[in-house]
Amino acid sequence: MSSNHNDEHEESHNPPRRKEMSRRQFLTYTLGGATAYMAAGVVLPMLRFAVDPILQNKEEGAFVKVVEESKITNEPQEFHFELQQQDGWYNSTATLTAWIRKNDQGEIIALSPICKHLGCLVGWNSNKNFPDEYHCPCHGARYTPDGKNLAVAPKPLDQYETKVENGWIYLGEIVPNTVVS
Amino acid sequence: MLKNVYNWIDERLDITPIWRDVADHEVPEHVNPAHHFSAFVYCFGGLTFFITVIQILSGMFLTMYYVPDIINAYNSVEYLQTQVAFGQIVRGMHHWGASLVIVMMFLHTMRVFFTGSYKAPREMNWVVGMLIFFVMLGLGLTGYLLPWDNKAYFATKVTLEIANSVPWLGPIIKELLQGGTIVGAETLTRFFAIHVFFLPAVLLALLVGHFIMIRRQGISGPL
Ligand code: HEM
Ligand code: FES
Repeated sequence: MSSNHNDEHEESHNPPRRKEMSRRQFLTYTLGGATAYMAAGVVLPMLRFAVDPILQNKEEGAFVKVVEESKITNEPQEFHFELQQQDGWYNSTATLTAWIRKNDQGEIIALSPICKHLGCLVGWNSNKNFPDEYHCPCHGARYTPDGKNLAVAPKPLDQYETKVENGWIYLGEIVPNTVVS
Repeated sequence: MLKNVYNWIDERLDITPIWRDVADHEVPEHVNPAHHFSAFVYCFGGLTFFITVIQILSGMFLTMYYVPDIINAYNSVEYLQTQVAFGQIVRGMHHWGASLVIVMMFLHTMRVFFTGSYKAPREMNWVVGMLIFFVMLGLGLTGYLLPWDNKAYFATKVTLEIANSVPWLGPIIKELLQGGTIVGAETLTRFFAIHVFFLPAVLLALLVGHFIMIRRQGISGPL
């Protein structure tokens, strides 16, 4: 690095002198910058590739035709229905379960049987000690016919989005319970 | 800021001598392309290593989507190449890099040969280099089966037939590589394991040896 012999001389003319970059600094920055640029060209595509699943649009769940409305009673009944499921390159059919009933106001309530405690499957009237309730065999969570949590579970059972067309019930996505709470 | 972090660590662990020892060494004039342009032939070793790093990186990322299973392998490769962002690029790096690394390695070997750098005291490094060469060929061979398309399948059949032609041991080698009596599910998992775990581990060990010897012995002198 060469020291600038004109320093003192110039400073007297224009006092607030800009700090100049040394040749070494300049080379460090250009070489560092160029290297970083090239490294980014290699690494960024791989990172974008890796996070792609997070950035994919989540597809809206389609409604699936499940059962005629006339079959639905006040008492919850269990229905199974199938859903085409695209999991990366793997296309499969998932079987889902809904417990459907009509309440006193005539509303259709389709509950998901996935226990809101830790995710076991609840059954209707499945424990003699707790008639007319949903009961979970894992840690004894209990729910009302509308899914309200009575014991153990912190939240009511989730519901399926429901619509009725031409006398048929269609179920959509699983959403938080709107009937109770 | 970065400097402060570095100093803080350096005060406690004295890391400067460690990286100095790795990075601070003289590049003799006769291997510096800035002095003699023809010295670019001395870059081929570094370029081989650079592409090897890209192979390892892009390979690690490919395994995020790739499945070594006869039903899903092809679909997963097609999916990662056509559906995943930058999939074509990441697979492209690995695909073209696999050929390029062989080319670079060949050029590097030529340089070492024609500068006579394999002579005493560097004979052992020539031997290690040859071992690296065979490991690279093994990586190219086992990787080639992984997409599980027609080209992969028949290329592997051919390779296994070549192995089969070894006198006496041929059939045993073939069945061992094949993992059974047909090129199928067990061949694919076997090649995957060899490609992704066994050979890279051997490769890294050999590279460490290669580089330690270079640091010990220095670059060979001018012609
Ligand atoms: C740790 C290091 C490595 C890992 C984890 C890895 C992983 C993979 C994976 C998952 C595939 C299948 C995906 C695809 O075909 O696009 C693949 C293919 C392949 N790999 Fe590697 N690999 C590594 C290193 C290497 C090296 C050093 C070479 C070169 C000598 C190589 C050569 C190949 C080849 C030729 C293919 C077939 C590529 C194609 O047809 O697109 N791999 N590798
Ligand atoms: S998971 Fe249902 S009670 Fe614990």
